[in-house]
Amino acid sequence: MSDASAHALDHHEPVTSTGIPNKKVLMWAFLGSDCMFFGTLISTHLIYRKISATVGGNFLDIRDIFDIELTSFSTFILLASSLFMALAVSAIHKGNLNSTRWMLFGTIIFGSIFLACQVYEFTHFVHGKENKHGDLEHQLTLSAYAGKSEQVGEDAQLTPHEDKAHVFGSTFYVLTGTHGTHVAIGVFWLIGWFVYSFTGKMSTADAMDIECCGLYWHFVDIVWIIIFPVVYLMEYAF
Amino acid sequence: MAIESIKYAAPDTETKLETKVFPRPGQHTSGIIDWLTTIDHKKIGIMYGLTALFFLLVGGVEALLIRSQLWSHNMEILTNRQYNQMFTMHGTTMVFLVIMPLSAAFFNYLMPLQIGARDVAFPRMNALSLWCFIAGGLTLNLSWFFTGGSPAIGWFGYAPLTDTRFAEVIGDMGPDFWIFSLQILGLASLLASFNFITTIINMRAPGMTMMRLPVFTWMTLIVSFLIILAFPAITIALVELMFDRTYGTNFFDFLEGGKPHLWQHLFWIFGHPEVYILILPAMGIVSEVIPVFSRKPLFGYGLVIFSGAIIGFMGFAVWSHHMFTTGMGVVATSAFSILTMLIAIPTGVKIFNWIGTMWGGRIRFDTPMLFALGFITMFMIGGFTGIMHSSVPIDAQHQDSYFVVAHFHYVLIGGSLFGLFCGFYFWLPKMSGRMLSEKLGKFVFTLMFIGFNLTFFPMHYLGMIGQPRRTHSYNEGHGFETWNQAATIGSVILGIGVAIGILQFVNAFFNKKLKPAGKNPWDARTLEWTLSSPVKDYNFARNPIIKARDQAWENNYGPKENHSEKEPLDDHGVHMPDRSWYPLVTGVGLFGLILGMLFHASIDSSGELVRDYTFAIAGGAIAIFGIIMWSLEGPAGYHLFPKENEE
Repeated sequence: MSDASAHALDHHEPVTSTGIPNKKVLMWAFLGSDCMFFGTLISTHLIYRKISATVGGNFLDIRDIFDIELTSFSTFILLASSLFMALAVSAIHKGNLNSTRWMLFGTIIFGSIFLACQVYEFTHFVHGKENKHGDLEHQLTLSAYAGKSEQVGEDAQLTPHEDKAHVFGSTFYVLTGTHGTHVAIGVFWLIGWFVYSFTGKMSTADAMDIECCGLYWHFVDIVWIIIFPVVYLMEYAF
Repeated sequence: MAIESIKYAAPDTETKLETKVFPRPGQHTSGIIDWLTTIDHKKIGIMYGLTALFFLLVGGVEALLIRSQLWSHNMEILTNRQYNQMFTMHGTTMVFLVIMPLSAAFFNYLMPLQIGARDVAFPRMNALSLWCFIAGGLTLNLSWFFTGGSPAIGWFGYAPLTDTRFAEVIGDMGPDFWIFSLQILGLASLLASFNFITTIINMRAPGMTMMRLPVFTWMTLIVSFLIILAFPAITIALVELMFDRTYGTNFFDFLEGGKPHLWQHLFWIFGHPEVYILILPAMGIVSEVIPVFSRKPLFGYGLVIFSGAIIGFMGFAVWSHHMFTTGMGVVATSAFSILTMLIAIPTGVKIFNWIGTMWGGRIRFDTPMLFALGFITMFMIGGFTGIMHSSVPIDAQHQDSYFVVAHFHYVLIGGSLFGLFCGFYFWLPKMSGRMLSEKLGKFVFTLMFIGFNLTFFPMHYLGMIGQPRRTHSYNEGHGFETWNQAATIGSVILGIGVAIGILQFVNAFFNKKLKPAGKNPWDARTLEWTLSSPVKDYNFARNPIIKARDQAWENNYGPKENHSEKEPLDDHGVHMPDRSWYPLVTGVGLFGLILGMLFHASIDSSGELVRDYTFAIAGGAIAIFGIIMWSLEGPAGYHLFPKENEE
């Protein structure tokens, strides 16, 4: 904290009442709010995860769908990306621009690998797995049909859809998808800094901005640390 | 993402990038371009206020249509669907487009002045909040012109009313408009709240400690925290509902295992803090006005603030009292009932503090004071019926009856709206520089007070004898007619009062014949009254050094050591950030994005569902373009050199 406020004075930033730069307070307030976003999504998932499995007499064992090895790998990658991010923030504070640039690049690459794993995972969950007879089974889709907008009025089908329709799919994809969107926004933000680092304008004056970016990145990481046990591992335990 | 840079950008390097696309309006911009590109918290506050007053008229007309329909038994002014649309639009408009933005108008205009700041922490983000609010208001009211008309789902949008398969009109778009407008209005509130929190925590003048902050600023801070913690619940609930309606997920679809009950929980986890988001700003206003017109400091300053914080905190733990009749089980129901009873304590503390402030004071009955007294009495009636509802068996009896309508209108009109009108009569001289007519003000108060009580007091009785709410008509023989007619007459009187009040407010900005206000017409107490009316662009020529609570009062009447001082004039002058087009560009982009999402699906000739995201992507691209250019342009700015006491 002390070096951040001293730094603020160097660059003619107004002295704030708390000594904490405005952007940092803004970022913390945003992260507090974002906790509630994910809290709502995770609660929804927890409330629904057991009901969903038996709708329409069609039991769905989530363990047949999940690919826990892949997800463990991508979890590790995302956690490792936080190390790069921390090193990037440390480097910009020390004024080491070259190191900052390549640490940012490392974060971007690891974030992208995580996203790629998620795309792969989603694609395979929707597609399902082939069984001995060559039929597809264990599919998990967002919804039973493409869109309800066509099914209104007298044509409305007031019966449950027989297969594939599971609330688990709805909560799973919307929760992990929202997290993925956060990661993607983070990656684009980091790419912005990476490109900016080649313009020659980057200096320690940007340390605060990169630190805020880092706060965001670590937060998204921490959310995944909660999602991974609660959404994935718990299916193997309870 | 959209983060402001505070550093003074060197104009020669950082502004090069943007000059080609949207040249930045210079220092002497005026007229429409000034209002479109302004980042001045005072102008943004005025725009918030005027837009919200316009929507107050819209929502008022909807209310009058509802009242006309209920004039007598089996009236046919509105069909039952139109009636549902009216109460949905009336509720949504009044909550999201009137009371919240009116509060935001006061937050914007006053809070930086009260803490001795030159602007909010992120001025361009503040402008984006305004444009998002206007986009949300437009989106909601555009729904009248498309398939199915406006939403007919209630302001609460309970599942399964929102399920596409139960739509009365095939392809009904009303709920979609409702969803997307609430999303962008939520974004507006969130951005504004992040901004206010940062400003209050970080930009106080030297000596302005937290316990010297004016009560109104404290309530701004508490409400901002409520908004950032409560809005995510409704945002996610709306995302889930949007997925249900657009992509066929099963969140609230009971046929597929979803639970409509969950929607109610998510809605009220947001919805109950929302009630305090609506009332706490009015409480802040009244806490400023009563000391001024009693010529006494606020009785129990610390306790008023602490009670406000407790109300805000407990507001998150009482949401289920909106759902006592849904069958949550004995334990949950009892817990929420007890907590609801407890929350009456801090509210009662505040009322005693206001009475204690007046006790022994030299009370002047100017218009703001009349509205403040109206607030206390009307809000107390609403509060008492609220305590009645905290008791589960009584609540079960009152559920869905007109008694509840009476209760929350006493809190929201008698409370919030009277408080906000009180604020207008009190601070408009500061905003416009002209005094309002006392005679007309008192006439407006009389009309509103009589009209309001005539409308809503009989509803207690109507509810007790069994008139259900949200029902478009009633049969002969229940004995409902007399008091419904009284209520309808009352609503017309209330409407006339509100309309005259709005005309009076707008008139203050244009009528040069009105008496000039001077710096401190009311002999008021807080820092904004040390500035000229209307306030100069730069607010403070020199940063004030605060020595006491109620600084303006101390400067006039306090001991010498309590008089505020001023920091020496800066040789560089006052730095003013430049106006910017990018908040507006970003806002327009977001508006395009939600319109694109609303109209992306269509049915082609073979009956297949076709999705076309071109328009949505274009809107999103404009928004992203706006954000990138915004972060590259920096605050830039120019310098003003006000004279010593020119403020």
